[in-house]
Amino acid sequence: MRLRQALLGAAALAVAAGAPAAPVLADLYVPLLTYRTGAYAGSGIPIADGMHDYLAMLNERDGGIGGVRIAIEECETGYDAQKGVECYESTKGKGALVYNPYSTGITLQLIPKASVDKIPVLSMAYGLSAAAEGETFPWIFNPPDTYWDGASAIIRYIADQEGGLDALKGKKIGYIYLDAGYGREPIPLLEQLAQNYGYELVQYPVPGNQMQNQSSQWLNVRRDRPDYMVMWGWGAMNPTAVKEAAKIRFPMEKFIGVWWAGGDDDARPAGEGAKGYKTLNFHGVGADYGAIQDILEHVVKKGQSKVASPDKVGENLYNRGVMNSVFIAEAIRTAQELTGKKEVDAVDVRRGFENLNITEARLKEIGLEGFMKPLEITCEDHSGHNPVYVQQWNGQRWEPASEWFEPMTDVVRPLLEQAARDYVQANQPWPERAEPCG
Amino acid sequence: MLYRETGQFRTSYAADQAIFPLRQDRIGLAAIALVAALAVPLLADDFFINTIMIPFLIFALASIGLNLLTGYAGLLSLGTGAFMGVGAYACYKLTTFFPEVNVLLLILLSGFFSAGIGFVFGLPSLRIKGFYLAVATLAAQFFLDWCFNRIGWLYNYNASGAIEVPTREAFGIVLTGPTATPLARYMAVLALVVLMTWLASNLVRGRIGRSWMMVRDMDIAAELMGIRLLRTKLLAFAVSSFYCGVAGAMMVFLWLGAAEASSFGINVSFQVLFMVIIGGLGSLLGSFMGAAFIWILPIVIRAVPATLGLDIGAATVEHVSFMLVGGLIIFILIAEPHGFARLWQVAKQKMRTWPFPY
Repeated sequence: MRLRQALLGAAALAVAAGAPAAPVLADLYVPLLTYRTGAYAGSGIPIADGMHDYLAMLNERDGGIGGVRIAIEECETGYDAQKGVECYESTKGKGALVYNPYSTGITLQLIPKASVDKIPVLSMAYGLSAAAEGETFPWIFNPPDTYWDGASAIIRYIADQEGGLDALKGKKIGYIYLDAGYGREPIPLLEQLAQNYGYELVQYPVPGNQMQNQSSQWLNVRRDRPDYMVMWGWGAMNPTAVKEAAKIRFPMEKFIGVWWAGGDDDARPAGEGAKGYKTLNFHGVGADYGAIQDILEHVVKKGQSKVASPDKVGENLYNRGVMNSVFIAEAIRTAQELTGKKEVDAVDVRRGFENLNITEARLKEIGLEGFMKPLEITCEDHSGHNPVYVQQWNGQRWEPASEWFEPMTDVVRPLLEQAARDYVQANQPWPERAEPCG
Repeated sequence: MLYRETGQFRTSYAADQAIFPLRQDRIGLAAIALVAALAVPLLADDFFINTIMIPFLIFALASIGLNLLTGYAGLLSLGTGAFMGVGAYACYKLTTFFPEVNVLLLILLSGFFSAGIGFVFGLPSLRIKGFYLAVATLAAQFFLDWCFNRIGWLYNYNASGAIEVPTREAFGIVLTGPTATPLARYMAVLALVVLMTWLASNLVRGRIGRSWMMVRDMDIAAELMGIRLLRTKLLAFAVSSFYCGVAGAMMVFLWLGAAEASSFGINVSFQVLFMVIIGGLGSLLGSFMGAAFIWILPIVIRAVPATLGLDIGAATVEHVSFMLVGGLIIFILIAEPHGFARLWQVAKQKMRTWPFPY
């Protein structure tokens, strides 16, 4: 009989639970597609923390954006495209204002849906490079840089090291990448630049299920002896690659990763061997910014953050998450200013993104002076192609190793336009842009 | 009481051989059909259709595919994910070449490509048995995975290596692509799954299915009785891959809308294998039950804290879900090693004799 009672109790509980908690409609609902589990959690956790904590700080400090609280909901994707779509489907009905898929695979699935469901997608410096073409992709935003900007910036940096673009002729540049949409995205550009400047591109794909075992790839690197190594890695692939590079004594200052290969925990496990490893970046690291101090004070100290310890705040990928949330918050704020209403919807937020203009003055206002370069998004250009800099691991933390410099926008832009045309061609019938500019 | 066959007389061989000889079973099936075809479209919201019903039906079809091979013909395969991928990529190429053709037809046609590949990888099955065959099909999984990644032609040299589903119609209704309504996609999936389940149930009850079961139970005996082993086994591989291929094509075209090679990895193979084992080897009904358990339960678990109003982190819920589902799988396999299908049979028997069990 005890079993039956227990079952009855459980049934009663289930019935009671059937009435769902009523969502507060007046909130600004921002779902965060994050991953704190799986093989990519190492990169996903700091970003999820950063994204969450900045928005939570706005709630605590300012009572939200424009006086309206932000309802933050995390949905765990595990970097898996199917689960990501599930998260999207389960949250879009609650009035989601914007999506940050944090996976190129999920982004690709959401791109066609965005214009149908009328919810903007912010793929901050990842996803489809061609989405920077605002005329073709009015609902997708990939500020401050596309992968192609990143690839061109790395080539420009290598050229600077060697003494000019002409010096690239005859050089051998190795490209080690996660063999998925993410890692393949820059290849067309790297190949184009190889044609233009006469360097040789050697590719080392790392399959996603074998990213913790890269010895064969690095054996090939040792055999091929490339002058430079460029990396597009993510999750567990990054620390493995840095360790393997250190093991074969590859000169670390000639090993350059994209901004996603620059987590503190990507370089740290290799110990002394990782010293000198470089990655691109487009924002500052460290906690010496007003906004980040506010996060420490209003969120972390009150125990509302999931960070393992307060010294994780200010790490590279944490700040990346903060930057992502700054974009969201600023877009919502812009939308509020444009429409004059406080409770904006996803269509307004799209307008907000398209009119986003984060100036030096505004950066100072929000307590992020010097954190990033000013960003302006226009109807035509959804990326900004902002300047980047190279940072270097000193064994303890990341340090800037170069001035801010521009990617090769003149090379990238025509290729982006071509890629956008190709995408439209392959995905006929692609909807014409119906949204007015401004 | 309710479930009793007393008074139901069969007066012809046809009636005796019917799939559902009992009136109660027929009523139950009609009720399920009504719910699936009327209640779900009328009452369910997009989330339920998109996230629960469509994937459930697609995985059920893939499980039927694997069940034909593993449950009926006794050949263990770990290549299900790859065979699904073959169907998906074939359908993608077909629709690139023939954009005007009815997309449902293309989805069915892509099954034949998958069947062809399954046929080839089934060739070793005459010589290799049991676990060794599983390892051989594992090779198929890795090889095909590699093809999806490395052969640019398969994904039209897309820079990201993904296949993205274009907008396609059937019978004047947009069925694939972002503008297709969940309802239209659901009805298409439902129609295909019902049709193919009906075909499968006829197949396994006929000569072919019986020869598969003979091979499963003892292949030497079957051979002595005049079953040609190679032909039977290859047919099982081909038919099974056909089902998996159609399921894969549906997965990308009618559910996800875009896919990468990783969507057809070894994880999918295992997922479908678990569905088959949990559901019950050699049972079509079990395939549906297994798919429901493995696909729907984690979604329900994930939804529970939110409905209760508990503030638990998404990652914690994910971990709990992993543990719960894993624990339940072990529990169910201990309680009933033959899966849900067997549980259902036992329950039916109990209902028959209730309230006077003997």
